[in-house]
Amino acid sequence: MSSVREEGKDRIIFVTKEDHAAPSSAELVEEDPNDPYEERGLILPSGEINWNCPCLGGMASGPCGTEFKDAFSCFHYSKEEVKGSDCLEQFRAMQECMQRYPELYPQEDEKSSETDQTSQDSASAETPGLCS
Amino acid sequence: MLKCRSVWKKLVPLARASSTLCRQNVRKAGLNNGRIVRAPAAQMSTGPAGGGRENQIYVVLVGAVCLGGVAYAYHTLKRDQKRHEERMAELSSRPHLRGAEKTAVPTESEPPAEEATETEAVPEPEPEAAPSPEEPSSPAPEAEAAAPGKTTEPLPADETAVEASPEEAVEPPAAPVVEPDAPVVEPDAPVVEPDAPVVEEEPAAPSEPSPVDLTEPTPAPVVESEPAATAAAETPAAEPAEPQPEVVAESGAESTPASSKVPSHTPYLLIGGGTASFAAARSIRARDPGAKVLIVTDEPDLPYMRPPLSKELWFSDDPSVTETLRFKQWNGKERSIYFQPPSFYINPEDLDSAENGGVAVLTGKKVIHMDVRGNKVKLDDNTEISYDKCLIATGGVPRNLQAIERAGEEVMKRTTLFRKIEDFISLEKVSRNIKSITIIGGGFLGSELACALGRRSTDSGLEVIQMYPEKGNMGKVLPEYLSNWTTEKVKKEGVKVISEALVKSVTCKDDKLEIQLKDGRLVKTDHIVAAVGLEPNVDLAKSAGLEVDSDFGGYRVNAELQARSNIWVAGDAACFYDIRLGRRRVEHHDHAVVSGRLAGENMTGASKPYWHQSMFWSDLGPDVGYEAIGIVDSSLPTVGVFAKATAKDTPKAATEKSGTGIRSESETEDTAVSPVASSTPTPAVEQHKDSYGKGVIFYLRDKVVVGIILWNVFNRMPIARKIIKDGEEHADLNEVAKLFNIHED
Repeated sequence: MSSVREEGKDRIIFVTKEDHAAPSSAELVEEDPNDPYEERGLILPSGEINWNCPCLGGMASGPCGTEFKDAFSCFHYSKEEVKGSDCLEQFRAMQECMQRYPELYPQEDEKSSETDQTSQDSASAETPGLCS
Repeated sequence: MLKCRSVWKKLVPLARASSTLCRQNVRKAGLNNGRIVRAPAAQMSTGPAGGGRENQIYVVLVGAVCLGGVAYAYHTLKRDQKRHEERMAELSSRPHLRGAEKTAVPTESEPPAEEATETEAVPEPEPEAAPSPEEPSSPAPEAEAAAPGKTTEPLPADETAVEASPEEAVEPPAAPVVEPDAPVVEPDAPVVEPDAPVVEEEPAAPSEPSPVDLTEPTPAPVVESEPAATAAAETPAAEPAEPQPEVVAESGAESTPASSKVPSHTPYLLIGGGTASFAAARSIRARDPGAKVLIVTDEPDLPYMRPPLSKELWFSDDPSVTETLRFKQWNGKERSIYFQPPSFYINPEDLDSAENGGVAVLTGKKVIHMDVRGNKVKLDDNTEISYDKCLIATGGVPRNLQAIERAGEEVMKRTTLFRKIEDFISLEKVSRNIKSITIIGGGFLGSELACALGRRSTDSGLEVIQMYPEKGNMGKVLPEYLSNWTTEKVKKEGVKVISEALVKSVTCKDDKLEIQLKDGRLVKTDHIVAAVGLEPNVDLAKSAGLEVDSDFGGYRVNAELQARSNIWVAGDAACFYDIRLGRRRVEHHDHAVVSGRLAGENMTGASKPYWHQSMFWSDLGPDVGYEAIGIVDSSLPTVGVFAKATAKDTPKAATEKSGTGIRSESETEDTAVSPVASSTPTPAVEQHKDSYGKGVIFYLRDKVVVGIILWNVFNRMPIARKIIKDGEEHADLNEVAKLFNIHED
């Protein structure tokens, strides 16, 4: 059973699990899906990508931000059967850029980086001045 | 040309309107006359007199407009030219990047010296070999010696080479114009000569080796700046040569190298290099592709997060933590307090030329003056940076007790005002070498530091004392019963708590500090940490003409965080209007992130008010932690709903479960990372005799919930945020508390 105590202006209620078992009768205001001020997730109601989403971290704002935006936009709007299959060029550019900043974009997948080592090496050798 | 056309385009409608008006007036006059004298029909027609007059007026008007347009264009160009010259002069007066060459000659004489060079160029075609680098007394040879090394501005080189030729041709007529300058630099003239042949050769012999080519940029812009009176048409070409001034700047007296790296203009200028500034930079870059953002900070460090300085860093096992500033969280995940490693940022000098823009951080520079009408700021080394949009995120400076300030140097030496990385490093070191430390202040910072040091005390035998005027820890935030409970917890962390303590005076005796309290108690200690509040930094208010809030301190801004036309303020220094909760100033990390992000959005055209309510949290040791949102002021009436806590309801367990390192991340940053599987639970199960294990506390203002604390209840902030946003009156807060499922994990 819940117990209530008053200490001056402060009220203290102790509740057991059973006390809170019943669903709440508190009413919350319905959310407006088109609220322009509300913090949005990754995809805005209009269908566009919210580059400022905290979930992206620093991806869209770092040195490879432009490449990331290109690749991700292409992917997002891709209508191919295999979504993003028409975006290989952008993804390649993004990956090349990211390899130049290993501190920022750590290559976590060791296996794939090893197998791709040769192709990456040649690719990175070709693009010394691409993204200046 | 274009200017002329655009000006003309603007003026044509006016001209038409005015001519129409004129014509109408004429007609009216004619009509009036017509009624009396002639038939209207005759007047209406374009008879010889009326028609002629009409046309004449029209022609006169059009002609005047034409002339006006031309005059305006010419005037603007002249002004630009003058501005360019001024800028050049100013830039050339900036210290030299290459410290190799020393010179005693003041740099102010640089442009005139170069000009004199030009005049010499034609009359004295001496085929001297180009560079004579080792002439310390001469700035000019420096210019050429420096220029070969500085090839960052290769692009306009061709342009300037082309420019240089017509300039050279213009030279002789310009010479008499320059004459007045020449006598000024007469003493330098003979020494300056070696430069002359270089200039001379450049248009004549393009086959010259590259050092000469590179010297072109140096004299060329000067060449252009000098014949202002003669070649107004050439001046647009002077603009592309703008980057060249960087090279000219090299050929000056040596001083701090950093200054010459400062861009003279940046689209986005962020004053202050803390959390709010970084969040704004990120936001701007996300929304404005290719944005160029310059952060100016007086600290030597890149942007970093502050909470770990009083929490996680102290719990680190790594002895080199003061250098690495990395810390391992409960789940083993390690990160640095810096938001991003140095490779994320670009150098300030590369900001202008960066194709995709970037964020540059200028450290160790303080903005001392702000010219709002001119859209520019002045740094403490007198460089000026102009901007399009500016953010002020200067944060604040820790307050000090008057008793300590009065007490003299010996006491001040043994006092830490804790805020920055350097304070952490020095306090960490000090705490290892002393026997007793006293923290004055019972708020967030004071309590966190006391707990952190208290934990250390178990190993080192350090005596940790915490004293404050309130009755209990967090006395201004938590309702009394919780404040008391918290104080007990703090004591359990090994801290000697002295509550209701008002400091009267502090003295230093025999290398020990003596704190005299107003009630007569005397506390002896080795070192003091003052955590008595933050003074928001409003140094720029005066020069910028910005309003300072008298109630909360800080710059007064509107709900969109805007102070004046192109100026926004975010973070600790912003006193803003919260649509839901009224005017406030918030000194928390998440607020800095949220407001910084919002300011960045608004700087890129969003016009959004402060809407997303920020939260804050505090951990007082591993067993007491809470998250809070809104106005959490202990003077408000509160309603607390509590359940019994289990071992799972501790901050440690919360971070393990959500897989994030620190809760500052889980709310505001990366949620795309897959959670790490929770590790083994804490070995000791806390037996909570006292019922305040976990629960929700509502803070009410006129029966509306304006603040909520989630006490040892984690990852439910969205619900709390929603309740505050609604701003509804709830009859039974127990029902509202049900929404939080406090009994579940």
